[in-house]
Amino acid sequence: MQKFSVFSLAREAFGRHLGWRPQWRSVAPKPSYDIVIVGGGGHGLGAAYYLAKQHGLRNIAVVERGWLAGGNTARNTTIIRSNYLFEESSSYYEHALKLWEGLSEELNYNVMFSQRGCLMVAHTVHDVQVFKRHVHANRLNGIDNEWLTPEEAKAFCPPLNISPNIRYPVLGAALQRRAGTARHDAVAWGFARAASELGVDIIENCEVTGIDRDPSGKVTGVQTTRGPIRAAKVGVSAAGHSSVVMAMAGIRLPLQVNPLQALVSEPVKPAFPCVVMSNTIHAYISQSDKGEMVIGAGTDSYVSYTQRGGLHIPAHTLEAICELVPDFRRLRMLRSWGGITDNTPDRSPITAKTSVPGLYVNCGWGTGGFKATPGAANLFAWTIARDEPHPINAPFTIDRFRDGTLIDEAAAAAVAH
Amino acid sequence: MLLIDCPYCGPRAEIEFAYGGEAHIVRPAADVSEAEWEAFLYLRDNTKGVLAERWRHSHGCGRFFNALRDTRTDRFLAFYEIGTPRPETGEAA
Repeated sequence: MQKFSVFSLAREAFGRHLGWRPQWRSVAPKPSYDIVIVGGGGHGLGAAYYLAKQHGLRNIAVVERGWLAGGNTARNTTIIRSNYLFEESSSYYEHALKLWEGLSEELNYNVMFSQRGCLMVAHTVHDVQVFKRHVHANRLNGIDNEWLTPEEAKAFCPPLNISPNIRYPVLGAALQRRAGTARHDAVAWGFARAASELGVDIIENCEVTGIDRDPSGKVTGVQTTRGPIRAAKVGVSAAGHSSVVMAMAGIRLPLQVNPLQALVSEPVKPAFPCVVMSNTIHAYISQSDKGEMVIGAGTDSYVSYTQRGGLHIPAHTLEAICELVPDFRRLRMLRSWGGITDNTPDRSPITAKTSVPGLYVNCGWGTGGFKATPGAANLFAWTIARDEPHPINAPFTIDRFRDGTLIDEAAAAAVAH
Repeated sequence: MLLIDCPYCGPRAEIEFAYGGEAHIVRPAADVSEAEWEAFLYLRDNTKGVLAERWRHSHGCGRFFNALRDTRTDRFLAFYEIGTPRPETGEAA
């Protein structure tokens, strides 16, 4: 692997950049692996990396239906934060945030993680009470989160309109300073490059069409469009297609997929210093390093695998943003798209063993999976390698929907992530 | 935006409707096992293909009805009243 540094950049600059090599090996599937990861997004590639790096397993393949990181990894608004209400959630997301903080060095790949802060804006008395509760709960758990008055929020994010005369006035905001954004592709590419270097085979254009099991029910491999692959363990990290893949092993999941839309504006000069989220009026906005305003909208209500949704959803978000940040009224929107989010009833993920021996699943990340990428990958790898969950992801089982130990971030956080 | 053909009011825009999730899920008797109760409350087919689903014309007549829709294309195949069986569409689910 070519190590990236200022010296390698200078060397290539003098060599007219002709010496750069592909960052990961392109391989055909071998007949057999110890572990097959289904899904080549950030979570799946990261799981393969941590299996190789931390658990010493090298005979691993990642199979991806399309191209690397072409699903929800490419379709989210890259917000990273850990200020969730419940201890179970905040320790999971905080585990991820801590890994984000060292990820560029760990992977020798600039994932452009920028801790520019995330303001969660409150517009109603209820919002104020809920967000203050979040601030206190987070601080008790050792996670930074603070309450700002409207004036303090305006000082932190000058474009914000704090006029009391707008439809949903800003009554205050919760600020997590360690929150921020990262470059979505770089995360997946960084994990792919590092995993490939450790011997992981990354196989694109390889759709899983079946899961093989022996008479005892144990997993023995997968059927794919590029032929059968034997494997002692299979980890499914297929995001929007989790229900489809797991149905091949006869498992029904507590998931429903919905389109979630996002859009970007034309690129402009640096004008927006942080991430601003408003759950009440469904607006999520930050500025990318390219200069585009990256805007997240709400989810469409219905089940769909189309990766697109109704225009009234982003229109609602844009109306809210025009009131909250009046400077942006003349911005033109360049592109919009949708992703298919796999939502659990309690809006918390599943990273767990399943009732089928040798089959593991990491799903249900819904509208908030990007922020968890290194954390989920790390703990999914642990779960697969040791055949038992890490204490952090132990509560995130499938069985919680049977025994009632839900982690009900949906009601508690009042958040669409 | 979807154009939804309410069996009682005719075609209307999606914003008049509330989504009701997967159709034909029958509430079990009170003394069922935990596994059956879990399946009723939480487990869904999450179909990629033709899905039978419920809609409610909440800003219209207020009534529930069922629809068949292909979740790969969002194309509706049929609308039918609650209590009637799922129509045959000739397409694989």
